[in-house]
Amino acid sequence: MKVTFPHMGNAWIVIQTLFESLNVEVVVPPVNSKQTLNLGTRLSPESACLPLKLNLGNYIEAAEEGADTIVITGGIGPCRFGYYGEMERQILWDAGYEYDVVTLEPPDGSLLGLAKRIRYLAGTNNSWTKILKSLRFAYLKSVALDRVEDAIHWARPRLSQPIETEKLYEEAKKRLAQTMTVKGVQDTVRWVQESIHERLKEGYLRSDGVNKPLRIGIIGEIYTILDPYTSLGLEKELGRLGVEVDRSIYLSGWVGNHVFQGLVPGYRSIQSYPSHAKPFLPHFVGGHGQETVGAAVKFAREGFDGIIQIFPLSCMPEIVAASVLPKVQETYKVPIMTLIVDEHSGQAGMQTRLEAFVDLLERPRLQRAIGQTRGEVFGVGGR
Amino acid sequence: MVLGEDNYFLGVDVGSVSTNIVLLRSDNTVAETLYLRTQGRPMQTIQEGIKLLRTKMKTSAEIIGVGTTGSARQLAATLLGADVVKNEITAHAVAASRVDPRVQTILEIGGQDSKIIILRDGVVADFAMNTVCAAGTGSFLDQQAARLSIPIEEFGSLALQAKHPVQIAGRCSVFAESDMIHKQQLGHSLPDIIAGLCQAMVRNYLNNVGKNKDIRSPIFFQGGVAANPGIRKAFEDELGQPMIVPEHYGVMGALGAAYLAQEKAGMRAETRTKFRGLQLGETQFQAKSFECSGCANRCEIVEIMQEGISLAKWGDRCGKWSTAVESGVGLNITKGASEKRRA
Repeated sequence: MKVTFPHMGNAWIVIQTLFESLNVEVVVPPVNSKQTLNLGTRLSPESACLPLKLNLGNYIEAAEEGADTIVITGGIGPCRFGYYGEMERQILWDAGYEYDVVTLEPPDGSLLGLAKRIRYLAGTNNSWTKILKSLRFAYLKSVALDRVEDAIHWARPRLSQPIETEKLYEEAKKRLAQTMTVKGVQDTVRWVQESIHERLKEGYLRSDGVNKPLRIGIIGEIYTILDPYTSLGLEKELGRLGVEVDRSIYLSGWVGNHVFQGLVPGYRSIQSYPSHAKPFLPHFVGGHGQETVGAAVKFAREGFDGIIQIFPLSCMPEIVAASVLPKVQETYKVPIMTLIVDEHSGQAGMQTRLEAFVDLLERPRLQRAIGQTRGEVFGVGGR
Repeated sequence: MVLGEDNYFLGVDVGSVSTNIVLLRSDNTVAETLYLRTQGRPMQTIQEGIKLLRTKMKTSAEIIGVGTTGSARQLAATLLGADVVKNEITAHAVAASRVDPRVQTILEIGGQDSKIIILRDGVVADFAMNTVCAAGTGSFLDQQAARLSIPIEEFGSLALQAKHPVQIAGRCSVFAESDMIHKQQLGHSLPDIIAGLCQAMVRNYLNNVGKNKDIRSPIFFQGGVAANPGIRKAFEDELGQPMIVPEHYGVMGALGAAYLAQEKAGMRAETRTKFRGLQLGETQFQAKSFECSGCANRCEIVEIMQEGISLAKWGDRCGKWSTAVESGVGLNITKGASEKRRA
């Protein structure tokens, strides 16, 4: 058995770790790329959302490396992702890829059923203690990845030479993927944080004298916000424009809530969002629609300068959220922009919207600043 | 007209359909506007524009700041050596609020895109652009005018002669066209059909781009389509508020870019512009593109060269090519500027 799985941002590092520590052979598909999307789009119904198209592309690319079993998480509720496992199996079989698909979810609510599926994947040589230990270590890694990402979010608008920051991020991911010890994981996080502070000390602060970057909260559909290929590098681009970003859902927060059913909180717990959303959207609408609204409220209350919602075209839960967001915008006087992506999305359109949005947030500050300096100059002249 | 000894700010807006150039005097008045068709060749069109400008400027006239905007703003900035490169939303908003600081809404319809900008107290509060559909933009109107062999300039005034505008399905330009043909074959008069089309386009704009936007007076209507009185009237009927078409409605993006260049010059410590000089019109620019094989994204990289010297590369997602030449470009521009700044 050679196991593979769909990509979603950095999730591959965690999943690969899990299977490797159980001695299960695993194929990590090549990272999402234009080729992945082209392969997937060919097999997908046109109206399916972008994640399905990328998933299928991942499987086809993994099949070329000998993968024969797919692991995917499931779900219940109105989001289509819940039955993607089964749909993808049928699409792949029709196209001649005879994959075995294991959906990690409690079938008809049966935890025993879920345990059976895990046992099937792990084989007979792994004890339950070993399986739990491996899960725990993988979870630790996902928290570490989130902490690294957070540090990079902080560093992007502050350090000069953006390409150096990206290199640091890539190197950190590589180290986290390789290490198999708790110490190695902790050391990497510390190394990233120290490298960033080192640069700051070396006077690497941006030349444009940004001392307090704008802060934008990113909310929306989980796959899109976690996967930089899908979001057209939204976070990196905003970082380049001098913005510090935070986002509603981090990988470990999702793992904690979705996979471990809330038994562990994750780096940034998503559990508080529904209560934040309550005045605007008091019930579950599938996917993370309610979390999106709740996160918008939370970001607004924390004084973020702006909020960007992003989701794949035709994503129902996010469409519901998008129709509620104008109320949040009005209540908290915080600008919210919605971006929708699909396989036709171009970098240029995204770029224009992001620049315009950042200008929208920046120019009032800038004009105040110009007014002030002018005032001071007049003051000096009057003396 | 020959422009005399003065300092000017240059604003350039290179869009999909037109390339607009504005020359702004230091006292904020517009000295010159040029409206050229891009015709799919932005580099040549920019050079063409610069050549035209040169003939209108005295040798003692000097350009002391350059701003670019539009979908080819990056390209224009590389060619010209721009001091500020801004997106169209900001450029349009800056131009409108300089013309009238009280403006609260801007409706802008250009060749292939349309946008709405909401301003409050002179700053942008909200905006939207058309996403996947170009229905209701200038290109579609152009097409329909050509199909009916009516000059585009007369298209809108014909609509004003309508007595009973017909209903046209405006959600999609393809269906709108078949609906128009249908109405025409039934025997409806041309003005009625054209007025119906204008109404359909306005409804489509307000339902898509203008959705959820708080449209308040004063409303500026700008972009090439603002020249069309039929559309203007349809907007006024639909919104129940007057449309103000500013004097330089067709080149507001370029005007905004010029204002932004002026603003930047005010903040800049060193007064030197990055402008590479008016003789740009005479030199040779080449664009080369290739596919990067560094990863599976296979980005299409574009390289802009001037007489064999690489000015800039872009199109990569990872920054491998765009950052590689950045330092070189800086050198080249300053060198160019010091030698060739005077025209």
